[in-house]
Amino acid sequence: MGVKLLLEKAHVPGIRYFETYRKEGGYRAVEKALKQMDPASIVEEVKKSGLRGRGGAGFPAGMKWSFIAKPEGVPRHLVCNADESEPGTFKDRYLMEFIPHLLIEGLIVSSFALGSNDTYIYIRGEYAWIVDILEQAIEEAKANGFLGKNILGSGFDCNIYVQRGAGAYICGEETALIESLEGKRGNPRIKPPFPAIEGLWRRPTVVNNVETLAAVVPIINMGGDEYAKIGVGRSTGTKLISACGNINKPGVYEIDMTISVEEFIYSDEYCGGIANGKRLKACIPGGSSVPILPANLLLKTAKGETRYMNYESLSDGGFATGSMMGSGGFIVLDEDQCIVKNTYTLARFYRHESCGQCSPCREGTGWMEKILKNIDTGKGKMSDIDLLWDIQRKIEGNTICPLGDAAAWPVAAAIRHFRDEFEWHVNHPEEAQKRNYGLAHYADPIHVPA
Amino acid sequence: MSEQPLFKVTIDNITVEVPAGTTILNAARKIGGDVAPPAMCYYSKLEGSGGKCRTCLVEVSKGSEKDPRPMPKLVASCRTTVMDGMEVKNITSDRVMDARSGVVEFLLINHPLDCPVCDQAGECHLQDLSYEHGKAGTRYEFQRRTFKKHDLGDKIQLHMTRCILCYRCVFTADQLTGKREHGVLDRGDHAEIATYIEKNLSNEFIGNVIDVCPVGALTDKTFRFKNRVWFLKPMDAHRDCPTCSGKVTLWNRGDEVFRVTARKDQWGEVEDWICNTCRFDKKQTSDWVIEGPRLIDRHSVISQGHYAGKVGTHKPTETFEAVHAGRQPKLLMDIHSVSEVNKPEITLSKLDRPAHSTDFTSNKD
Repeated sequence: MGVKLLLEKAHVPGIRYFETYRKEGGYRAVEKALKQMDPASIVEEVKKSGLRGRGGAGFPAGMKWSFIAKPEGVPRHLVCNADESEPGTFKDRYLMEFIPHLLIEGLIVSSFALGSNDTYIYIRGEYAWIVDILEQAIEEAKANGFLGKNILGSGFDCNIYVQRGAGAYICGEETALIESLEGKRGNPRIKPPFPAIEGLWRRPTVVNNVETLAAVVPIINMGGDEYAKIGVGRSTGTKLISACGNINKPGVYEIDMTISVEEFIYSDEYCGGIANGKRLKACIPGGSSVPILPANLLLKTAKGETRYMNYESLSDGGFATGSMMGSGGFIVLDEDQCIVKNTYTLARFYRHESCGQCSPCREGTGWMEKILKNIDTGKGKMSDIDLLWDIQRKIEGNTICPLGDAAAWPVAAAIRHFRDEFEWHVNHPEEAQKRNYGLAHYADPIHVPA
Repeated sequence: MSEQPLFKVTIDNITVEVPAGTTILNAARKIGGDVAPPAMCYYSKLEGSGGKCRTCLVEVSKGSEKDPRPMPKLVASCRTTVMDGMEVKNITSDRVMDARSGVVEFLLINHPLDCPVCDQAGECHLQDLSYEHGKAGTRYEFQRRTFKKHDLGDKIQLHMTRCILCYRCVFTADQLTGKREHGVLDRGDHAEIATYIEKNLSNEFIGNVIDVCPVGALTDKTFRFKNRVWFLKPMDAHRDCPTCSGKVTLWNRGDEVFRVTARKDQWGEVEDWICNTCRFDKKQTSDWVIEGPRLIDRHSVISQGHYAGKVGTHKPTETFEAVHAGRQPKLLMDIHSVSEVNKPEITLSKLDRPAHSTDFTSNKD
């Protein structure tokens, strides 16, 4: 049984309300931070904890905080990125829905550390009911003196506002989020300047994921050094994984990043194995943007070592034989799933969500989608596969924001690992509509725990 | 400006000194010639423009004197400022040329390529770009994206099908007219420039969106289908205009003024914004004081033949070989260098039959 820091109390009845949350030991971090610590020491604790951004990129949160510019007389802002739109990722939703006060508490502490008096939660428009939950939590915190003016007599003022997005994936990118929060079209900005220098309303801004900010609470409670002891290597602390796809127990799991991928998929504590007694074919381990991995490379790295559920191990082997931790959207595909169709679905998503600002992404995502549709529906040509490869290569790295990369990587990985399946689709267009191909080749020596 | 430190930056083996805060693109433009990356969306007169089209991507092979690490990704030269001791590769980098040809391909897959009937042909930046970096064939086998034509008022027509979404017209309206009435609707490959509810753009300076448009998406309705730009003779002229500077270029054929545009510099950028009255209503030679022929130094069809001339650029002739890394400099549209037609050794009149392509190719070796 792994350590649980975030979701430990998530199922206590009534934890959504202030009284219960407080009774269960909530808001201790705010008291400790505001009464015993100063902003610099909080940043120091977060740095010591080794907490990495949970939104996808895995950038160390403490370092991000220390980059924030502190010009005289200019307000600073903290923005919580709750625009969780990555297909396969639903961990923030779970956290905000069940234990909203944990996020509010993390936000108060982080705002104090960064000197943000006006803190924003930018939440995706589809999470309409969570807006109500969060607003209620904010009201309760305000009524109990944890928000508003002069919190706990420390002289620190903080207000939290919830802003709904209008349902664009691109607004999860931090600069597009800032633009959208300012009331503009959600186009990513060109960096530099980075938000830490010039963000929301051209003021220094830090944008963090919901889970990152919630993790600040246990870090303050237990200390950065203690937190860093959980986990392994540079993957410290616990991570929420939202597992979905063809598994027996889809849901959000908190793991301490020391368990192996095999244990995560097959143990009853977590996913509980592949549904309906099928076999594992492939997995997208970190949300739809990260490269897909075939079963043999998922469970063992190319060197033959066991692959673990942490940042380093999942990206072992680079993109050639590895993937990424990403945002923790763990999508499992069983033997019945068609990789071509799956890739087409992802390409369609990125085509729809591209903001249309820079040319490679705007035109390239649509082009890839059309070619994949042709291959999927049996109209593909062999040359299309090479063309797809060339298109993704020309999108990747040439765009303003990472959406271009996110659109290119799944296509690249699918072709890299499942090229024969694409070729089979081209050569057997009619058969491809009826049955699936390619399982035995990929998932042979799998030991299924009893 | 003088107290600002000068930074040394080396682009394609040519070193220039530029003030701190200059972008790589502007430093390269200072060198001029082929070293300057093409820019479809950047416009030096419009704040906030650039970074979108990705044609100006360059490779930074050395970050700066202090931190010599190369930048991992190609960067948009129009929005990246130089550092002291920075080394940049533009046309000497295969990676850049590959990425650029990719961007050109992306820009062209949904472009109608209706140059034969497009008013912009001859002065179109996309046309120049595709001559230089594009391929003869297309790999795109799908239906191209199309939009309906819209009239933005009685003088400007928007042909969204040709648009490459450079956002220049949006910035122009923002920064020039005070109240912007058009913008970008929708997202991704169905994004379009529009007025939301169809509407006239009536601002006195809105005509400048025609000049900033790098392609034929925004065209002058008073000039539509009247003539081809390369048949017209550009003349600098001015008039005493109460609203604008009154400095324009007239495009004449004989004594007839076919159209009036702002004066554009060697990068195709407007020197002085002009008002709608000058642009659309003053179409008589008698309205203007003619100053003389306009020299157009652009990689463009217009500049072929008699109008080529230099507008004060410093061309690095002595280091051309270094710049091109052994490659031959390419002259755009110089048919004579690639065609055998005008070779003196073939005398067509001596053939006693119609000339055949083999007559030319046989001379190759």
